[in-house]
Amino acid sequence: MLSCREVTRLVSERQDRTLSFGERIALRLHLVICEGCRNAAEQIEFLRRAMSRLAAHGDQEPR
Amino acid sequence: MGFAHRRFKPRPRARRMSPDFRSQIESLRPYLLRYASMQLRNADTAEDVVQETLLAALAGEEAFAGRSNLRTWLTGILKHKIVDAIRRASRERPVEAAESAREAGEIEELFDARGHWEEKPEVWENPDGALEQKQFLGALEQCLRALPARTAEAFLMREHLGLETAEICKELGVTATHCWVLLYRARMALRRCLEENWFGAARRKRG
Repeated sequence: MLSCREVTRLVSERQDRTLSFGERIALRLHLVICEGCRNAAEQIEFLRRAMSRLAAHGDQEPR
Repeated sequence: MGFAHRRFKPRPRARRMSPDFRSQIESLRPYLLRYASMQLRNADTAEDVVQETLLAALAGEEAFAGRSNLRTWLTGILKHKIVDAIRRASRERPVEAAESAREAGEIEELFDARGHWEEKPEVWENPDGALEQKQFLGALEQCLRALPARTAEAFLMREHLGLETAEICKELGVTATHCWVLLYRARMALRRCLEENWFGAARRKRG
């Protein structure tokens, strides 16, 4: 069973590398039962959208 | 001898440069500067890479011919110049062990001894709606500026320049594992910073 700390690490790393089959299963199992990690995972994934929005924003309004 | 010969070589590219092309390129300077400034904390370095990009573009008008989007082409050149600047700076910069330990500690304190949350992350109210607010993007920029230099560098190379991890590791001269650690720390710190300064604050206000 993964700890919440390990889950946040894998949620981050899956944006940078392909997780192993075992990692994906363990991650999915944990996220099903852990609300805190689900929230954290959504927030970590949101950062990527936020960064592309920030770039687009700079595009429209050069400072 | 070789130099003397080279000096008298004709420069067809420069001769054919159109004033129109030059002004089109110039008009994109503010955009390029903004793009570079997001990645590079040093304003002089950002100015330098933009200048190098504009010069390279002027010299390479022929290379552009036939491509549809000038801005995309210039951004591509700029990315290379930015990565060059990071590589140079990264060689000169000492590894900050104390800062690295502090970052690791900041993540540790979120969890108990068994690795469970000390305080469970709560839901963020309509985060994608926040993306439409100028103030939110300002808060995000503040959070980015609060990251330690090396961590911010890795994160922005990934999320702003859109580089693959392998390339980031190569340029920063670190292992893949260390790269993932830097990106993990950046994301955890940004998540926490946005929670404290934006989403958590909004939640508390609602009561």
